[in-house]
Amino acid sequence: MRATTRSTGEAAVGVPRWAFAPAAVGGLFVLLPLVAMATRVDWAGFGSLVTSESARAALLLSLQTSAASTAACLALGVPMALALARCRFPGVELLRSLVMVPLVLPPVVGGVALLYTFGRRGLLGETLEVAGLQVAFSTAAVVLAQTFVALPFLVTSLEGALRTAGARYEAVAASLGARPTTVLRRVTLPLVWPGLLSGAVLSFARALGEFGATITFAGSLQGVTRTLPLEIYLQRETDPDAAVALSLLLVVVAVVVIAATRRGRGPL
Amino acid sequence: MTLTLAATLPAREFDVALDVAEGRTLALLGPNGAGKSTALGLVAGTLRPHHGEIVLDGRTLVRADGGRTRTWVPPHARRVALLAQEPLLFPHLSVRQNVAFGPRSQGVRRRTADAAADRRLEQVGLAHLASRPPSTLSGGQAQRVALARALAAEPRLLLLDEPMAALDVDVTPELRQNLRHLLAAQTAIITTHDVLDALLLADEVAVVEGGRVVERGPTAQVLSRPRSAFAARVAGLNLLAGAWTGDGVRTPAGDVVHGRTPTAGLAVGEPTTAVFRPAAVAVYLDEQHGSPRNAFRATVRSLEPRGDLVRVRTDRLAADITPQSAAELSLVPGARVWLSVKAAEVDVYPTGGRVPSDEFRPEAGSAR
Repeated sequence: MRATTRSTGEAAVGVPRWAFAPAAVGGLFVLLPLVAMATRVDWAGFGSLVTSESARAALLLSLQTSAASTAACLALGVPMALALARCRFPGVELLRSLVMVPLVLPPVVGGVALLYTFGRRGLLGETLEVAGLQVAFSTAAVVLAQTFVALPFLVTSLEGALRTAGARYEAVAASLGARPTTVLRRVTLPLVWPGLLSGAVLSFARALGEFGATITFAGSLQGVTRTLPLEIYLQRETDPDAAVALSLLLVVVAVVVIAATRRGRGPL
Repeated sequence: MTLTLAATLPAREFDVALDVAEGRTLALLGPNGAGKSTALGLVAGTLRPHHGEIVLDGRTLVRADGGRTRTWVPPHARRVALLAQEPLLFPHLSVRQNVAFGPRSQGVRRRTADAAADRRLEQVGLAHLASRPPSTLSGGQAQRVALARALAAEPRLLLLDEPMAALDVDVTPELRQNLRHLLAAQTAIITTHDVLDALLLADEVAVVEGGRVVERGPTAQVLSRPRSAFAARVAGLNLLAGAWTGDGVRTPAGDVVHGRTPTAGLAVGEPTTAVFRPAAVAVYLDEQHGSPRNAFRATVRSLEPRGDLVRVRTDRLAADITPQSAAELSLVPGARVWLSVKAAEVDVYPTGGRVPSDEFRPEAGSAR
């Protein structure tokens, strides 16, 4: 505490001394399980375990589908956040709550809901089937499931950033003759860039870890729908060493993604 | 008429009609919450009127009929630029990119837009800061860049919403100077509660109170013979208009008023106004000699209490003196007195708009 106080010249006002103890316990609570897991890794066989054919297929599929669903979250979530943050229309508060539903819904329930929407007998399933598209139990279903659960992360994060930035810069830009699309591209998005980036990272991380909705809606077919979390769950029954190794791999991937975007987030 | 506005917005108790002629500057003077910003918002397109019409250059920007918008030109297509209290420079763009934003958005090529930006920065005296990020500018510099940016968009109408309110007092003269030169040929509306801004920058003044225009006229007329309470209160300053002689202001009555040397160079014969507070005016029964003072012969018209002081109103100027002095001098209406003001208490400004033909004097109300 002393050292940071001296280096930045800022005092931590408003933090009672007793708060440090539970804060430390909380930190340990997050870190300890990761350490415990790392101690169980079979380091000798680690290389072969994480490079097995099924592991590589699962990792590749996870990265591909998470990237795709992050892209889908951006394509849908940016306009959603804009509408929620900037427009005033009846029911906007209700809509804001509804957007958060996937966040509190058990992922399995999300998977069931998606099945009854895009599945063969689903609301849109028959229409899609006529059009020659079969979504359920395909890679597309994985992306849909991940997008469904990850979208609220992007929308909330970006909406908060938009509200903080306020609409005043946009009003000035418009008064200078900039069309709404130009304002979005040259003013709004650059201003909320940190919020957009952290929203995208959160979405990606959530998509990477998605399990319940995926297994319900997309199943577990190697190379098609079996992402890394599904692979870990399956391996846990038959080969605990492989499960632990793959878990560590997933942790490393998540940490690398977060670290990379943190570094790129500096001042614009 | 370049701009005509007649609009109501019951939610804000706003019901205003006003117009601005080509190349003229209208000052909206009024207390906070009077509806000045609402008027600007309606013209800029950030607010919709409930009822009414706004026309710029013969083009209807908005027409509403009892809550239904019949015509609506979106803000970006109005050619109305807005300079707010805060500069709101885009933090992710350099100073030059900020100023070039308007032309770029209107489809001008980068090189042409940058050249236009540099020219505008030159006009506000900040060309040397072009490649800096806005975060490194002082408040005054940032506001001058914002002015350059607004003008670079080549607006038909420039709206200035209390452009000096958020600035330190010691940096406002430079911006005011920039505005004086740049608003000369620009059609503009400026909102302010500072009588000095109206005096220096505006051709005409509309006093807004409670969402209504309560008074309207040429700046000199409104400030010299205010009819509304607010104008009277803010115009409580003594204003003597005339022509610059090289070391003073010669009024039409023949007096020469000496004051602090103005910061900007004035040409002999240039219309100028001497401004001083009633509290700076001393009252004597006999002529005073020797000290560097401005002295005026005057007849007392009325006396009225004003806080701890007494406002002595004469046929020419107003003075605020202590009740003791008033008693010692036995001042009564009709008394002949000498008014004197130290030159150091008098500010001299070039006069905005047209040359006033007669003396300004406060009629009622208080100096701030």
